[in-house]
Amino acid sequence: MLCRVASELFWMARHIERAENMARMLDVTYRTSLLPYQVTEPGLAWAEPWSVPLITSGLATAYYRDNPVLSAETVLRFMILDSTNPSSVYCCLRAARESARNVRGAITSEMYEDLNTAWLEMRRYDYDTVQQMGVSNFLEWVKMRSHLFRGVTFGTMLRDEAYHFIRLGTHLERADNTARILDVKYHLLLPSTADVGGAVDYYQWAAVLQSVSGFESYRKIYSDVITPRRVAELLILRDDMPRSLHCCMNFIHETIERLGEDHSHSRELERASGQLHAQLHYGRTDDIIDLGLHEYLMDFLERISSLGDEISRVFLAPSY
Amino acid sequence: MAQGLLSSYRITVDAPMSRLPYDEMRLADGGIRPHYQSFAEWLGQTPAGRIAQKREEAERAFHRLGITFAVYGEDSGTERLIPFDLVPRIIPAAEWAMLERGLKQRVQALNAFLHDIYHEQRILAAGRVPAERVLGNTQYRREMRGLDLPGGIYAHIAGVDLVRAGEGEWYVLEDNLRVPSGVSYMLENRRMMMRLLPELFATQSIRPVQHYPDMLLKNLHEVSPAGEDAPTVAVLTPGAYNSAYFEHAFLAQQMGVQLVEGQDLFVQNDTVFMRTTHGPQRVHVLYRRVDDDFLDPTAFRPDSMIGVPGLLAACRAGRVTLANAIGTGVADDKSIYPYVPDMIRFYLAEEPVLNNVPTYQLGGPADRGYVLEHLADLVVKEVHGAGGYGMLVGPASTAAERAVFRERILAAPGNYIAQPTLALSTCPTFVESGLAPRHVDLRPYVLSGKTVNLVPGGLTRVALREGSLVVNSSQGGGTKDTWVVAD
Repeated sequence: MLCRVASELFWMARHIERAENMARMLDVTYRTSLLPYQVTEPGLAWAEPWSVPLITSGLATAYYRDNPVLSAETVLRFMILDSTNPSSVYCCLRAARESARNVRGAITSEMYEDLNTAWLEMRRYDYDTVQQMGVSNFLEWVKMRSHLFRGVTFGTMLRDEAYHFIRLGTHLERADNTARILDVKYHLLLPSTADVGGAVDYYQWAAVLQSVSGFESYRKIYSDVITPRRVAELLILRDDMPRSLHCCMNFIHETIERLGEDHSHSRELERASGQLHAQLHYGRTDDIIDLGLHEYLMDFLERISSLGDEISRVFLAPSY
Repeated sequence: MAQGLLSSYRITVDAPMSRLPYDEMRLADGGIRPHYQSFAEWLGQTPAGRIAQKREEAERAFHRLGITFAVYGEDSGTERLIPFDLVPRIIPAAEWAMLERGLKQRVQALNAFLHDIYHEQRILAAGRVPAERVLGNTQYRREMRGLDLPGGIYAHIAGVDLVRAGEGEWYVLEDNLRVPSGVSYMLENRRMMMRLLPELFATQSIRPVQHYPDMLLKNLHEVSPAGEDAPTVAVLTPGAYNSAYFEHAFLAQQMGVQLVEGQDLFVQNDTVFMRTTHGPQRVHVLYRRVDDDFLDPTAFRPDSMIGVPGLLAACRAGRVTLANAIGTGVADDKSIYPYVPDMIRFYLAEEPVLNNVPTYQLGGPADRGYVLEHLADLVVKEVHGAGGYGMLVGPASTAAERAVFRERILAAPGNYIAQPTLALSTCPTFVESGLAPRHVDLRPYVLSGKTVNLVPGGLTRVALREGSLVVNSSQGGGTKDTWVVAD
């Protein structure tokens, strides 16, 4: 297929997934902001948790350019509705729909209609209507739209190259975003070190798990004691957990191998993907904890980003 | 209730026309023409509520599918619906047979003309068309001189605009040989009608049109560069922000070929390739919906961002076929239009089946004198205009507007032609108050490959404002499904 079309499909998928994960990230933040908090800096009362999504998404600089103050309202506006923030839910849905519009021949009409509808509905939201609806309800709506799109795609699309580029984009973005959501906990301050393992700690981890729809799964596998070690194992190494990094890499690597079958220049890409996949497939939880969860996630983010660049070089924007 | 729609349907004289326009459905004495009987019966039997519901369904379906037509100059790029009217425009089979003969004849002659002016120029030597009009025309492309095209075809797709002024009285309003558009609306309108009102198709034999994309693809295969068994065809579009993008994407999908933009193609060794995820893939035939000027920045406009550098060279090397060929614009120019009937005589030794609208050429003093005397009765058009702008509709103009236009004419008389105002036929159309007559035209699409072919009917465009003669969608016109029925 045309490189340009593959690129549009890839990014269309990434934008929808990003919108969903933005919603999940904001959901964690919203839940943790409801927890009791010790003020660590005067003037930042109740605002601390709201800095976390900015930091983990790498959007802090962009945010503080136009917003000197940190508050729930300004962060929500910035990450949901801001048309100048390319990662806002608004911009992601717009970009996904534009990409779909540009490659309508490659997707089913149901898929386009679905994205078009999501965009038309998003356009009607402003801060007041989001508040009226309830922030949690709105974030739930975003997640539902993403589920719908995935369902329509999975249910109607021919398993052709276009389909594989969509799956590739979805899982690459999911892997990246999940690593960032997991990293949230690193930045969430506990009132004091004495609180490690205490109630606030528990609720923060629970919030992280709930945001990736992993809370019930955790309880099913491990019972109700939440430890960082087990959260890391569940969300990084277990491949039966659909949003885990391992599971994402399964899809990514399989898709890259399939796409590379008829391609003469994808050796390096397949190697890099295989290497990252092996790291997760054969990884041990102890090694992650020893390195430090935060350090591990930072390294992973860098590798997944390189993988994205290589995919672009090989399939999406090759130079002849 | 729906009976009321029919009985309240009145054909009226549009001021300042002086005679009752021909109505496609109703006779002057109030009776229904035979080919509309079946439809009129259905209208009589169907509750108004159901009709209203169907109209709403059509609008919603078109909108949901994102079928839109960006209107130039209006809130840049706003998406707007081209209104679709539920009442079909029906043509009896015998009448269509005549039109079909005339259209094939006309397009054959036009292709012969194009071949001739880019080769021996016999028609110019014979003095049948002033050489200056052709060779001095901005659309005449010297780069095409002497180039032999597959089948000698230049206009593979021609949209010929027809109007009816009376019983059996048809005229060709203009030819469109560059990038004629609208066929997707013809196809979608039919699909919509069959979905919304299947009962109508059960009671009448309406000739199908859905095979248009197959016919087009076959023709495109037939004009591939010599020696190609399995040619690759692609549709070249300016991109998603072009007003006709929906049609480009639609046709590519219906034909099962790639939709490409300039940036997806590159030329190497005079051969055209697509950039694909598996490496470069050769293109043999390009159905291009990009104007000549923007096709190749190394040959034409250098500021074009939507063309392909080296495309002209690939054409001249015979390594790629463009449909329509470069340089067809000279033949659909308004200044050449008056000579088309003579082309039919010259190249085919036949009398034209279809007539031109009587046309005055203001470059000549006699015609000019007459026209300036009768500005209030005539339609004056700029020779290089398009889309219904740059035009004076005499009977609908004020004295002030005519004075302004007179000055423009006197400044550059050769830029204008004039035609009598035709009382275009009307067709019943749904309006606020019920069913009312609105002026319509017809654009059939003529395809040329090894043979010349058409699907029955074409796109019927309707002027939605009462009394308006302007049917262009870019100026608020709408469309209807067109039916050719067996008598």
